[in-house]
Amino acid sequence: MDFATALQILDSTVRLATPLLLACLAGLFSERAGIFDIGLEGKMLASAFFSAAVAAVTGSVWLGLSAGIAASLVMAAIHGAASISFRGNQLISGVAINFLAAGLTVVIAQTWFSQGGRTPSLIGAARFEPITLPLAETLHPVPILGPIYHELISGHTLPVYLAFALVPLSWWVLNRTRFGLRLRAVGENPEALDTAGVSVAATRYAAVAICGVLCGIAGAYLATALQAGFVKDMTAGRGFIALAALIFAKWRPWQAMGATLLFGFLQAIALRYQNIDLGGVVLPVQVMDALPYVLTVVILAGFVGRAIPPRAGGTPYMKER
Amino acid sequence: MAGAAGGQRVPAIELRGISKAFGPVQANRDISLTVMPGTIHGIVGENGAGKSTLMSILYGFYKADAGEIRIAGRPIQIPDSQAAIRAGIGMVFQHFKLVEPFTVLENVILGVEDGRLLRPSLARARGELKRLAADYELHVDPDARIEDLGVGMKQRVEILKALYRQADILILDEPTGVLTPAEADHLFRILENLRSQGKTIILITHKLREIMAITDTVSVMRRGQMVATVATAQTSPGELAELMVGRKVLLHLDKKPAAPGRTVLAVENLRVTDIDGVERLRGVSLTVRAGEILGIAGVAGNGQSQLLGVLGGTLPASGIVRIEGQAIDLSARNAGQARRAAGIAHVPEDRQREGLVMEFLAWENMIFGYHHDPACQRNRALMDNAAIRAMTAERMERFDVRPPDPDLQARSFSGGNQQKIVLAREIERNPALLIVGQPTRGVDIGAIEFIHQRLIALRDAGAAILLVSVELDEILSLSDRIAVMFDGRIMGERRPEETDEKDLGLMMAGMRGKAA
Repeated sequence: MDFATALQILDSTVRLATPLLLACLAGLFSERAGIFDIGLEGKMLASAFFSAAVAAVTGSVWLGLSAGIAASLVMAAIHGAASISFRGNQLISGVAINFLAAGLTVVIAQTWFSQGGRTPSLIGAARFEPITLPLAETLHPVPILGPIYHELISGHTLPVYLAFALVPLSWWVLNRTRFGLRLRAVGENPEALDTAGVSVAATRYAAVAICGVLCGIAGAYLATALQAGFVKDMTAGRGFIALAALIFAKWRPWQAMGATLLFGFLQAIALRYQNIDLGGVVLPVQVMDALPYVLTVVILAGFVGRAIPPRAGGTPYMKER
Repeated sequence: MAGAAGGQRVPAIELRGISKAFGPVQANRDISLTVMPGTIHGIVGENGAGKSTLMSILYGFYKADAGEIRIAGRPIQIPDSQAAIRAGIGMVFQHFKLVEPFTVLENVILGVEDGRLLRPSLARARGELKRLAADYELHVDPDARIEDLGVGMKQRVEILKALYRQADILILDEPTGVLTPAEADHLFRILENLRSQGKTIILITHKLREIMAITDTVSVMRRGQMVATVATAQTSPGELAELMVGRKVLLHLDKKPAAPGRTVLAVENLRVTDIDGVERLRGVSLTVRAGEILGIAGVAGNGQSQLLGVLGGTLPASGIVRIEGQAIDLSARNAGQARRAAGIAHVPEDRQREGLVMEFLAWENMIFGYHHDPACQRNRALMDNAAIRAMTAERMERFDVRPPDPDLQARSFSGGNQQKIVLAREIERNPALLIVGQPTRGVDIGAIEFIHQRLIALRDAGAAILLVSVELDEILSLSDRIAVMFDGRIMGERRPEETDEKDLGLMMAGMRGKAA
């Protein structure tokens, strides 16, 4: 493997890791506040469709992004109402959201565009364009660092930079702000927050809303940047991989970035090497495609050592009696 | 005007006609209470007497249906905890409201941060904590994580939280239940310090000795009503107990000296390692003979639960356990049936989780563990429910379970009556060995008396009894021998007449006590 190929694979790693990272951070905010969310997938899917649909109709990626975030927020609000106000089962609510999104997107897509559950292909301003960072061309000839800057760091779309900028920002919000302290407290022991006179429900709704916004960006990125339009089930389990990455990262932002980059790398390898020849035995493409999911299973089976989830996670808050 | 006139001091707290109902249950009925500033005021009462409800109303957890609250002479509304905090009321709950993975500082500032960013709040809290530590003997490492602290320290953090919120009134709900005697003494010194600095303290407890030791005035609640408020110096534990229960209560247990017979239980070098790889029992050896009660004292979490689990058949262990000379198999996890067949009856520590199925009826609960008994079977396939009901009704009568109705759900009985159902089930089998954990936890004073008498009667009938309790009073009054557990080991053994709380307390804290 030469240097150029390695760079291409890493470049693709970054692009593929982006939706995972956004979804993972979304899950992180929700779960650190004690609301388990297996509906990341559904929120992303809803956002992917509505962002692509609105971008296709209006020709504006920004309107598309807004519509995607709005769709995801609606889903988040349903999950929030079910698990915070109505004290329902968070897993069931999450599953419901996934089903809802999987069905609704295809049905609405067919009704609106009649293209077999797809949206029309997005062109021009209906997509996020790659951004060339300053001096990328000038520095290109510099050995090693030049190509790294030009290929790997420069030339991504806006959501990619946003996703990676959100990592330190999330860390800072969680660990250095009043909001972060309260959010972490409500995920560990909501009674502590309640007796301190802070609203448990408000704090949890805020966390769920952040989760909705981030899932919205992730979904919009899939449909308007990584690809050029919506196709059925285009999230392809990314919401679940993001959850696996979240456990792998033990609910911490920097580790979430590491974990999602690892999953992105595996997807990039699978994309690049469709058939791997291992001295006579050819691994079929399906094996490579399955690799990220196999790793997910391995990680969830407890290869990460003990990951202690937020203590109040998954349980609705009720005052005694 | 009556109250504030003529240099008369204004009460720190004044409750007038407070009532609160939960559905059909009248938890508080027309309660009035006056507490003067700079005093320690005790509130005693049986479980369900309404003490916690009253304090929760004062702390804004519940809203009273009727009545008026005055703080420092001013009538106020307390719709939520925030309002209570603003009114200068701080509460130390029985179950701490701390965030375990947070540091002490983070817990202290939670909810009263100075601004959007944490750094300035943390810095101010660090200074404030230093001052409070010096003023009140409340030393805690501000950077320690709560999960690494012992219960005594956690309680200090709760008090610090209240003081940091500038509480002038501090309510403590059963504060000594989880403390060693030494820690409880330290807590009382802290409370005395607080009182001398003008703070008002309300102490809720069921331990009459503590009321007598530290309070200035005491109120007694019974069935949702305030039945008396007296100066502590002018009352006695006997009088308070009578007021709580509404009839005469024997505080002192009369029992004959034990007449120990053959060895029933012999435990050698028992070891248990939990799933985290922590060794919970580190080579425990003990014996219990027929006709004696061996009391196991210790702070909760020092291996007593594991000892009960192994003997009751829920935990596998290594080592040797002999019942009447017969070694029993310790490798299996679900060996409850085998243990019962060997003559061990088990009254578990947590009756609501291990002793009863709360949704099941009393007669169903009466046969758990013994449901294969021929007396419960009509034929090979069917249970003889009528016979079980009749047996249950008869046992409920004898164990004074109220109401004596076999067709009530376990959860509709009070704690004491639930415990009596479990006791009836286990004692009526005439076991060779009864192992019993926390027999009177959450049980009313009247029921405690009954349960203690039953245990003594079982001993006098020749059974061996292993009693685990965190209540030293209970250990001292029931046991014929006392073993103290600390960190998975037996620290030493004493006879009740040759020891006292201080000596036992030292061993409970891991010291050898006076030379054996």
